[in-house]
Amino acid sequence: MRLVVDLNKCQGYAQCAFLAPDVFAMHGEESLVYNPRAEEEQRERLARAVAACPVQAITADGLDGAGDGAASGREASDGR
Amino acid sequence: MVADYVDWLRREGRIVIVGASLAGLRAAETLRAEGFAGELTLIGDEPYEPYDRPPLSKGVLLGKASPHHTELPHRREIDAKWRLGVAATGLDLTAKRVRLADGDEVAYDRLLIATGVRARPWPKETEARLDGVFLLRTRDDAAGLYQRLKAGPRRVFIIGAGFAGSEVASACREMGLQVTVAERAGAPLVGALGGVVGAVAADLQTENGVDLRTRVTVTALEGDPVGRVRAVHLSDESVVEADVVVVSLGSQRNTEWLTGSGLGAGPRGIACDAGCRAFDFRGIVTDDVFVAGDVARSPHALFGYQFLSLEHWGNAVAQAEIAAHNMISPSSERRPHLWVPAFWSSMFGVNIKSVGVPPMGEELMITQGSLAERRFVGVYGFQGRVIAAVSFDSTRWLEFYQREIERGAPFPVEYLTVDRRPEGRKPVPADFPDPSLPTHGPTVTLSGYSPTERQLVFTPAH
Repeated sequence: MRLVVDLNKCQGYAQCAFLAPDVFAMHGEESLVYNPRAEEEQRERLARAVAACPVQAITADGLDGAGDGAASGREASDGR
Repeated sequence: MVADYVDWLRREGRIVIVGASLAGLRAAETLRAEGFAGELTLIGDEPYEPYDRPPLSKGVLLGKASPHHTELPHRREIDAKWRLGVAATGLDLTAKRVRLADGDEVAYDRLLIATGVRARPWPKETEARLDGVFLLRTRDDAAGLYQRLKAGPRRVFIIGAGFAGSEVASACREMGLQVTVAERAGAPLVGALGGVVGAVAADLQTENGVDLRTRVTVTALEGDPVGRVRAVHLSDESVVEADVVVVSLGSQRNTEWLTGSGLGAGPRGIACDAGCRAFDFRGIVTDDVFVAGDVARSPHALFGYQFLSLEHWGNAVAQAEIAAHNMISPSSERRPHLWVPAFWSSMFGVNIKSVGVPPMGEELMITQGSLAERRFVGVYGFQGRVIAAVSFDSTRWLEFYQREIERGAPFPVEYLTVDRRPEGRKPVPADFPDPSLPTHGPTVTLSGYSPTERQLVFTPAH
C-alpha cells in the first residue's frame, strides 16, 4: 500500500508511530520518517494511524475516502 | 459563448499535462474530481509513475524506505493516458501541439505545464562523469547513491550545504560514514534562512561529526586512472580524499523545451498570473496554457506581488489544484493561488520548518525558545511587518505565525509569547547574502519585476 504524509501539516504528535510502528517512526523529537510503501498486512494498523492523526496529514491508498477501486490496477503494473 | 466553450471543454475537450510528478498527478486528480470528462494525457520524461521525492534524501538514505517505492498514492481514479519515459521537446502554441522526444505530437485544447526542476550538475563534464560522483533528484539517483553509501566509502564529500546537501550529510553520519561538506557561504542553509539561523545549522553539523568547510568552493574533482573519483580540490588549496561526491548545488528549471515557443519561459521558470495562466514573452496572458509547481513563478499579494518561484512540496500540490480548477472553470469562478509558502526539512534529528518567505526578511527576532538550545521560533521582518517564520523542533507554533504573516502583523513583534527569552526582545539583522551573488539553491527564488531588470530577451527561432 502506498502512503504519503503531508509534512507541512504534521506536528509530530507521534500517534502514527504508536499505532503502526513498522511504518512510522519518530526521528528526534518531532521529525517523522516513514515507509511510503507499507506491507499489505499493515493495512489495519495503517488505517488506525490515518484515522488517529490529529492533523489528518496521512494519505494512503484506499484509506482516506478516495476510491478503493484506484488501488488494484496499479500494483500489477509495477514490476519492482 | 465563453461559458459554452468551458462546458464543451469539460465534456469532451483534450487536456494535456506535461510533467508527471507531484504537481501533474494532483492536477489530474483535481480535474477529474471537478468533473472533467474529456481526454486526459500525462507526459513524463522519467519512465516511472509519479513518485514522492522528499523521502529520497531522508527516509531512503536512512534505510527506512526503498528508493524504488515512493510512488504517490492516488486520491482518485484519473483515467488518463500515460506517456512515460518520453520527454516533451517542443510546444507549438498556434497549432496547440506538444512535440515529444520520440517524434510524436500530442494535441491539446488546454495544456498544463508542470515540468519542475532538475538537479544542477557539476559544471565540468569530464569530472561529473567520474564514478562516485552523484546528484540527488530522481529515484535512480537515490538508488545509486544509497547503494554506494551502504558499501561503506571511506569519505563522502558533499558540495553545497543547502537543505538537500545537509540532509545527505545527516544520513551519512547516521550510517557512521566520514563526511566533509563544502559551502561557499559562511554557514549551511544561509540562502534559505540567513546567517543567524545558518550558524545554528553549522553547529549542528560540526557537533555531529561533519567536517564542515565554509567560505570555500570546490575547484576540481580528481579521478584515478580507472575513472573513479579520488579527491576534491578546494579554493583554499586544500585537498580532501573522498570516494563519493554528492553535488548538491540547487536546481535548474526545466524550460529549455519551450525555447522558441513564445511562452514567457526561461532560466527563472515560466511566468504566470495568480490564476496560473502562463504569460507569453510579450507579457500577455495566454488562454489555454497553465503552469504549476516548481517551474512556475507567479505574483503573490502577500509578498508585494513579487513573482515567486517556490520549490516546495506543498506549493506543487496547492498550485496544481488551483491550476486544474481554473482550467475548467469560467472566469468568474476562478481562484487565485495565494498559498503561504511553507516547507520542512529534517537533519541530525532536528525538525526544521518554515512559513512565509524568509529571504525577504531584513531582520530576525527569536520570539520563542533559544538558538543555543536549538529549539526556537524565529520571526523575519520586512518593512515593518512579519514576513516569515522558522522553527527548529517547535512546529506546533508555526500556525500562529502563519496567521501573523497573512494579516501583515507589525514587526518587531509586540506580543508576548510562550518561552520568550531576553535574547529575543530585539531584532537582529537576518544576515542573508547579497541576492545579486550566486548561491546554492535557496528554496525560494525572488524574481522581482522591475523595468530595470530586463534580463530575459526573447528571440524567435524563425
